[in-house]
Amino acid sequence: MSAISDTAAGPVKYLKAQTRWRGIETVFWLATLLPFYFLPDYLQLASQIAITALFALSLDLILGYAGIVSLGHAAFFGTAAYGAGLFSKFVWGEPLTGLIVGTAAAALLGYASSFVIARFRHLTLIMITLGLGLLLQEAANSASWLTNGSDGLQGVNIWPLLGHFNWDLYGYTAYSYSLAVLFVVFLGARRLIHSPFGLALRGIRENAVRMPAIGAPSRAHIRTVYTISAAMAGIAGALIAQTTSTVALDSLGFERSADVLVMLVLGGAGRLYGGLVGAIVFLVARDQFSGIAPQYWYFWIGLLLVAVVIFLPNGILGGLSKIVAHWRHR
Amino acid sequence: MLPPVFGVLFDGIAYGMLLFLLSVGLSVTLGLMNFVNLAHCAFAMVGGYVTVLLMNDFGWPFFATLPMAFFIAAAVSVVFERVLYRRLYQASDLDQVLLTIGIAFISVAVAAWFFGTQQQPIQVPAYMRGAFNVLGLDIAAYRLFLVGVGAVITLLLVGTIEFTRFGAQVRAAVDNQRMASGLGINVERTFAVTFALGSGLAGLGGALAIEIVGLDPNFAFTYLIYVLIVVSVGGLGSIVGSLAAAILIGISDIAGKYYVPQLGAFLIYLVMLAILMWRPAGLFGRR
Repeated sequence: MSAISDTAAGPVKYLKAQTRWRGIETVFWLATLLPFYFLPDYLQLASQIAITALFALSLDLILGYAGIVSLGHAAFFGTAAYGAGLFSKFVWGEPLTGLIVGTAAAALLGYASSFVIARFRHLTLIMITLGLGLLLQEAANSASWLTNGSDGLQGVNIWPLLGHFNWDLYGYTAYSYSLAVLFVVFLGARRLIHSPFGLALRGIRENAVRMPAIGAPSRAHIRTVYTISAAMAGIAGALIAQTTSTVALDSLGFERSADVLVMLVLGGAGRLYGGLVGAIVFLVARDQFSGIAPQYWYFWIGLLLVAVVIFLPNGILGGLSKIVAHWRHR
Repeated sequence: MLPPVFGVLFDGIAYGMLLFLLSVGLSVTLGLMNFVNLAHCAFAMVGGYVTVLLMNDFGWPFFATLPMAFFIAAAVSVVFERVLYRRLYQASDLDQVLLTIGIAFISVAVAAWFFGTQQQPIQVPAYMRGAFNVLGLDIAAYRLFLVGVGAVITLLLVGTIEFTRFGAQVRAAVDNQRMASGLGINVERTFAVTFALGSGLAGLGGALAIEIVGLDPNFAFTYLIYVLIVVSVGGLGSIVGSLAAAILIGISDIAGKYYVPQLGAFLIYLVMLAILMWRPAGLFGRR
């Protein structure tokens, strides 16, 4: 209940207190450097994790903070992946420009669809996001002259990063690049969440009808955050296209949307680190259990989901913070 | 002689009837409790596998397995409803989506474990496999049977909902849950019965669908999308809405595949998005 007393001390003070860096955060980000020294064989995986964490973070902005349940967030991920992939294949292979182009494509799509998203809620909203995702996947599949359909886009040629760093087989460059982008975007998201706009988003999540009554335009806020989130998902998509030099059709697929939702909820939605922790746990587990056939892997995912919803409603981080709070109050 | 457009229409209606059977239960339970049940098609899949198991391993005739598909799917769904779903009626959309997607994932894996990932073959009776020739159109006997079953079920459902005491309770609970319980209607029990009935119909739909679309463990997700489209287009809690939406989607899908095959499933998603833009609550929805 410290939030209430802090609010009483003044909104500016409250927001300032929220933005202060905690020791554990510094430790977390320092720990992300460990794979360079201790797990050099796993840098490719680490790069995948960083990218997926960024994707999960983008979903957290709309789901965890604004309360928009999306089953089609891969639409933006995949659009940017194809955008960045096609751009470097046909126009210009410089990675940073490609990143910007892919992100811009996703942001544009996000901005256009945000006008639709802001009008709906509940099942209709879920169906609209799902439908948009499926529509894009079908479109990419049909346009096989451009995207190579279900075989995936091949021949993406990315030039060395900043003109110096070649894309090595071990993933040094890939992980450095992904991690740096993740960190920069994370700082932006952190700033956003702890701004008055971030507070308004949480208000929308709790009661979308009442927010306009206190002078916060819900729909305009939803449009803004949806566009931002789409752009962030786009950054992740462009990164995956550049670090793997291919774009698979399933980067637009329903399963990718479902997976990222699972990761976010596993880690804890509505917490900045929820998506990050969820992505690490999910992808490391999948790597370790990769011997299991995919259909049985989903058995455990399903069981995990049921268990999280019933026993751990706020995810791993929610459970941990409960334990910590309990321990402090003793 | 009739032009082929009538054949496409007939196949579309038959397919729509199948979609109606699969989705009507979800529509009513969603209207009743606002519970987003993404595991609905997992219950349909239970019905399908019951039919496969009884026919192939126990030698039951096809028609005898259909009631069993209905009852076993209904029974399984009630167990889940009592043990898991009941806890989440007041929870957020997100929690409901996650729980039921989890159950759907589990059902896919369990089906793959017991039955393998291949398509399940069944033999419907010989007289169901033929076709009649009406005015130059080939009318498949099985599809005609599907249309008949769909029509009978619609009549039964509308009759139950409109003219029985139980139906009146369901309608009252859909309209205003709090008011209904204030009048002494046991909403939770009404819901449990409706839920079982809806899942049973899905199970029947799953069994009937094998001949048309086949059955493999991914059924729980492939048809979930169709069912959700029907439910959201038709409007929550409306039987007539589900029927209209199912037939519309069925015809769009078949016509799309027949006339513009390169578009694939594009057309039905487009139809759904267009209708939801126009009427966010669906064709017959009120909320």
